[in-house]
Amino acid sequence: MTAENAQKISVENRLRQYKKKSQMRTIWNRLKKNRLAIFGLALFLVMLAVVSTADIYYNYEQDAIAQHLSLRFKGPGQTAGHPLGTDQYGRDVLARVIYGGRISMFVGLATICVSLSLGSLIGATAAYYGGKVDNILMRIMDVFLAIPNILMAITLVAAFGTSLLNLILAMGLAGTPKMSRIVRSSVLSIIGTDYIEAARAYGTSDMRIIFRHILPNAMGPILVQATQTVARSVITVSSLSFIGLGISEPTPEWGAMLSAAKSQLRYHPYLAISPGIAIVMVVVSLTLLGDGLRDAMDPRLKN
Amino acid sequence: MADKLLEVTDLHVMYRTDDDNVYALNGVDISVEKGKTLGLVGETGAGKTTLALSILRLLPDRVGFVTQGNVKMNGVELLKLSEPDMRLLRGNDISMIFQDPMTSLNPIHTVGDQIAEVIALHNEHADRDSIEKKVDEMMEMVGIPAIRKSEYPHQFSGGMKQRIVIAIALACNPKLLLADEPTTALDVTIQAQVLEMMEQLKQKLGTSMILITHDLGIVAQICDQVGIMYAGEVVEIGTVEDIFEGTQHHPYTVGLFGAIPNMAEGSPRLHPIDGLMPDPSIVLPGCPFAERCPHRLDKCQKERPQAVPVNSGMHRIKCWLAKAVREE
Amino acid sequence: MTTPLIQTKGLKKYFGTPHGLLHAVDDVNISIEAGQTLGVVGESGCGKSTLGRVILRLVEATSGEVLFNGENILNYTPQQMKDMRKQMQIVFQDPFASLNPRMTVSELIAEPMKVCGVCKNNNEMMERVFELMDTVGLAERFVNTYPHEMDGGRRQRIGIARALALDPKFIVCDEPVSALDVSIQAQILNLLMDLQDSRGYTYMFITHDMSVVKHISDQIAVMYLGQCVELAPTKTLFSSPLHPYTHGLLNAIPIPSLKHRKTLHIMKGEVVSPINPKPGCRFAARCPEAAEECRRPGLQLREVEPGHFVACFKR
Repeated sequence: MTAENAQKISVENRLRQYKKKSQMRTIWNRLKKNRLAIFGLALFLVMLAVVSTADIYYNYEQDAIAQHLSLRFKGPGQTAGHPLGTDQYGRDVLARVIYGGRISMFVGLATICVSLSLGSLIGATAAYYGGKVDNILMRIMDVFLAIPNILMAITLVAAFGTSLLNLILAMGLAGTPKMSRIVRSSVLSIIGTDYIEAARAYGTSDMRIIFRHILPNAMGPILVQATQTVARSVITVSSLSFIGLGISEPTPEWGAMLSAAKSQLRYHPYLAISPGIAIVMVVVSLTLLGDGLRDAMDPRLKN
Repeated sequence: MADKLLEVTDLHVMYRTDDDNVYALNGVDISVEKGKTLGLVGETGAGKTTLALSILRLLPDRVGFVTQGNVKMNGVELLKLSEPDMRLLRGNDISMIFQDPMTSLNPIHTVGDQIAEVIALHNEHADRDSIEKKVDEMMEMVGIPAIRKSEYPHQFSGGMKQRIVIAIALACNPKLLLADEPTTALDVTIQAQVLEMMEQLKQKLGTSMILITHDLGIVAQICDQVGIMYAGEVVEIGTVEDIFEGTQHHPYTVGLFGAIPNMAEGSPRLHPIDGLMPDPSIVLPGCPFAERCPHRLDKCQKERPQAVPVNSGMHRIKCWLAKAVREE
Repeated sequence: MTTPLIQTKGLKKYFGTPHGLLHAVDDVNISIEAGQTLGVVGESGCGKSTLGRVILRLVEATSGEVLFNGENILNYTPQQMKDMRKQMQIVFQDPFASLNPRMTVSELIAEPMKVCGVCKNNNEMMERVFELMDTVGLAERFVNTYPHEMDGGRRQRIGIARALALDPKFIVCDEPVSALDVSIQAQILNLLMDLQDSRGYTYMFITHDMSVVKHISDQIAVMYLGQCVELAPTKTLFSSPLHPYTHGLLNAIPIPSLKHRKTLHIMKGEVVSPINPKPGCRFAARCPEAAEECRRPGLQLREVEPGHFVACFKR
């Protein structure tokens, strides 16, 4: 055994005695105590599980797309195999809600990826370099902030076409200014601290300061904002589809389903209630989770 | 026998948190005589601020509780008063000033308004003019030209802000002033000014004061009586002569004096007290200082020492090693 | 005559503000011999913290020179500074704010070594971390704990261990004990002094606490509004202070002893603004001895006795 290996083993032995208490674990412990937040998390995870495993118990073409005109307008529970009823084309409402969820939730998560990455880049750069850079970037963001989210999304989609990718990009861009603001203020609050100055004192590069010191500590408020943004994206997609600019028939999507149910509200309200409740469930679960995360991550809220 | 303004007997205070119960005060006995200043000395976690808040009944709602003990002012039991009655007392009979002058003043009101507010609160029938007159009077008393009463807190320096805080506290001529580290955040030359001013005001208005500090120099300068606190108890109490020149002391007091770099007498090496204050969520059976005490006996960790009078005056030490003076 | 380890010549740092130029550090000349401690005292706004940071180039000087072993480091290229940084470090005042809350003790202490690439492999680094923890009196069991789980005194030890990680020659201590309890202060001061005795570190000890600075310094610089008004060996400064401000400072400190109870000599007035200061002595407004001549320009730090410098027209 070489001297180096012997040294390696002795160091490892000493280290092994002292377990590293993960910060994730502390946050999780605090989150666990918040029943509403856990409910939100559970609900969201259940929904995620259901929409991802849909193909196991449904056939997309058969159940969500194909028309079965003999089974039109069956109410919830009226026919076997259609617990939430069928719509104007005889398609199973539950299947369409579940497959629609796939799109809404996927779009929601994809959108947050776009606005989070773009927003972080812009916000962190503005905060770190300050001065003119900060001013220019933030004024550009202000211009976009002045335009309502949905109007911006509509404009972009109308201009570039209604493909799924365009939808995601449009909503991602629309959500970027707000995210960049959050990132910027979060980063600013950390930049002034002594430990950043300490890092500079031993010659840490800007890149390393950002990734090793600033971002891990700035994550808290950003994460909370992210959950809210996902919720809002789900609503935006639905809104866009509702006015015909999002997902088009026959692809199931909650907003589109709501739109189609508009004309049937008088005699077949269940056609609107089902997708409506689905939207509410996603938004509520994410909001509860986001609030809970914010409280769990705030070191000051200890008692 | 001097007149006692405030008497605290066997006070126990507990904080209930998510994880633990924190036993902040474990049987505190102190008294303040009329017109005198009691200094409360101790380190972080000793319970000094908790004691002050308990007297004013300002412990945080639902978290802080008085579990035992009495607080009597002029014979009135404060812990039994209703909240409205207590509110009448606050600012009027007992005032408190806090450590950080930066955050003690409301930034959106003028300083004149803030002084006037406390006067108006306790003098319902006073008219506008007499309130303003009193405001001017208080400002001059603390050494700030009355003409500045329409300015906002951010326009004043730290020392001046603290003077305004003192003006607010003394505006209704309270019998007792609780001062929680009033000069810690100030520069030393400004501290000297503020301390001198407080001393003069005290003489002029006859206010009694409880001064919480960790600075033994300030204690020597302006206190008449001194209480040394450790882990929620008053381990030694006496006149300022007893504490600075007495022959017997609690081992913690000795440790405190040994740990401070003394300006007047140089010392090549400081003698810090080994260890740390005990965890306040655990109530130990014996003396809380036993673990760190260089003179501990077996008995010290098993039985809690009682306060022992070590002279015929008010000097008492809570230590098994203290030699009692036989009362004649 | 040996070259002092640290020397500043005409060091200036001015900040531009909407109201004018803020003279944070104004023409400061100090020197520190290797293995010695220079105490820098003054009240808020005197520029002592800025001075420390300018010397370390954490803040860029407006003009002047900072000599390390005779070489002006203000002219160094970023590459040269990278090496230079290993030789000068800083310990901060707030033991909480100066440690990244998401890093464990070992990560915090190892970070400077990682950044500067001084260790060949991970093992060597961990060995060194354990060594440093031992040096500053941190028990081994804290290696994977987070700062917020520890008390102020221990956190400050982490800060000191981190400053020592690169084995610097010069350490700026910016009010390292001000935020600590009295008995913990004593522990940390003893630690710093022991380290200097055993390893010959050179300190610039910045503080507002005169009793602390008397204890640890060999030489003391008194600062007022960005200028150094008096510079003398510790004993001399306390036994025969020359500058009226120093007098006032020393007299304002309450002594924990009844024998030395005195009527404090109260200095009048408040500190004037360091923005666009008028020529002449900046202390004149509060000085009991001030006269017309004190407002004329050209105030210099002069050697009045061997080793004792004062900036006063009346001395």
